[in-house]
Amino acid sequence: MAEPAAAATTSPNMAKRSLLSERGRSRLTAYLFISPFFILFAIFGLYPILFTIYLSFYKWDALGPMKYVGFRNYELITTDPTFWISFSNTLIMGLMGTLPQVIVALFVAVMLNSALNKYKNIFRILYFMPNITSIVAVTLVFSTMFGNNGMINWLLTSTGLDSVPFNSGWWGVKIAISTMVMWRWMGYNAIIFLSGLQSIPTDIYEASRIDGANRRQQMLFITLPLLRPFILFVTLVSTIGALQLFTEPYVFLGQSGTGSTRQEGVTMVTYLYNEAFKNGFFGTAAATAVLLLIATILFSLLNMIISSRMGGESGGKKA
Amino acid sequence: MSTAIMSKRKPDEPGLISRVLFYLLLGFGAVLSVFPFYWMFVVASNDKTAAFQIPPLLIPGTEFFNNFSRVLERTDFFKALINSLIVSTTVTLSVVFLCTLAGYAFAKFEFPLKKTLFVFVIGTMLVPAQLGVLPLYVIMAKLQWIDSYKALIVPGMVNAFGIFWMRQYISSAVHSELIEAGRMDGGGHFRIFWNIAIPVVTPAMATLGIINFMNVWNDFFWPLVVLKNRENYTIQIALQQLFTNKDGLDYGMIMSATFAATLPLLIVFLLFSRWVISGLTSGAVKS
Repeated sequence: MAEPAAAATTSPNMAKRSLLSERGRSRLTAYLFISPFFILFAIFGLYPILFTIYLSFYKWDALGPMKYVGFRNYELITTDPTFWISFSNTLIMGLMGTLPQVIVALFVAVMLNSALNKYKNIFRILYFMPNITSIVAVTLVFSTMFGNNGMINWLLTSTGLDSVPFNSGWWGVKIAISTMVMWRWMGYNAIIFLSGLQSIPTDIYEASRIDGANRRQQMLFITLPLLRPFILFVTLVSTIGALQLFTEPYVFLGQSGTGSTRQEGVTMVTYLYNEAFKNGFFGTAAATAVLLLIATILFSLLNMIISSRMGGESGGKKA
Repeated sequence: MSTAIMSKRKPDEPGLISRVLFYLLLGFGAVLSVFPFYWMFVVASNDKTAAFQIPPLLIPGTEFFNNFSRVLERTDFFKALINSLIVSTTVTLSVVFLCTLAGYAFAKFEFPLKKTLFVFVIGTMLVPAQLGVLPLYVIMAKLQWIDSYKALIVPGMVNAFGIFWMRQYISSAVHSELIEAGRMDGGGHFRIFWNIAIPVVTPAMATLGIINFMNVWNDFFWPLVVLKNRENYTIQIALQQLFTNKDGLDYGMIMSATFAATLPLLIVFLLFSRWVISGLTSGAVKS
């Protein structure tokens, strides 16, 4: 009874059933099971990226005929000051949002993991909460805090500091946006580090204690080196994410309808978005995407090189 | 006596003061993580000027429904919520099914190039999706899917993370003997997958489902590119639209909408926090 019904559910190879060996049939089934991913990725992932590279050598408005222009698109964007501002903004905000965040996350993870902490689960949940909020919501909430008369400026002035124009100043905008990034991702990274810490066997600590190592030495010579794969993962993902920064500046600077190309906060993806969907220059937008891809690859490699250099006992540097 | 206790204690056991400091510091971080949620509700439930009072207002008020009614005047909030629900649910069902299927194949089948293909799947996770946005937009235009949910749903129907996640789980949770036995009894591959594997891996499927739902729900960039008509806006686009207002920003109104859009996710998260956290951080732990 089971035989025909089962054959029907594996249908595509049913006809060939008698021709295929058991091994052949199971191979075919496996390919069938994994095929949706490869088909969808080919159409909506790989092809678009390859076509982006192709497109970057053409002038095109997405409607009319394409015109080959060689490296003209690259010339156009690399001579556009806004592009370079978007580039440096992306790097600056990437650095401001990522580096302190990773260091703080590491400290938080060590504290969460400490034997002193009797409420691990509750703290884990609380620290993780920011990550489930949408970036749009995060940006809107922080916009109220970073207003000119908002809470942050009140805190600054009441501690005797000067208020900062967070939604218009060159550094103000960057600080506000980096804070949003940090808030949303710090806890997430701390929890990743925490699972890294929990994977370190405790008897290593016991042994080192017997050898007379103090807490600082344990941190430097045991914890950080063993945590290296996790640190690499976190910095790699954070770096790639930082280069893609779009929603925070787009929403934050989109208020009062001034558009999102304001120089204080324009990022590479914002630049790309505007070139394509506001100005209709798909060629230059594609060239921007290609440069962004190159930057992503370079920074990922840099990340891996740095973290492989900080091997063994020099693991004290967290970046 | 006391020395006996002393020697039992670990040599660097911290005292009361450092314990208090420890919790203060940890608690301070936790407050910073949670405060924006609370603040969202404070502004949402007070009148327009609440966001900019000096000193800042920290107590929830009674204006929430008033504020929220102004949201409804300006945008079809519930339509956007339903749109998001439709898109997120469809994508999630598809992702859970197709990723489990593929994860099962990678975990329990032997076939040429298996390892290479799996590494390829993992590798695609590091490719930033935004880079292909221009041709993707053109494809959608050609298919006449602009302004349609198909543009949001179809590209997201299966993803690398889901395959990775399900493969890891199926490798350890589904015993090969069970599958063998099913084959002996003459069960087809899909039938075994459906009747033997799926019941065992439902926890992992549920986790994947929740995570994926949240990701799709929170997505902004791609819906922004393909949705043109107000009626089709997802909740994130609708929220962002509330914020682009030339005649002064009504923060009470904006925050009431933000709060209403965040609350469902927050509840889901708090109910399933353990699963969600383990799922969202597993990429690092396993690689």
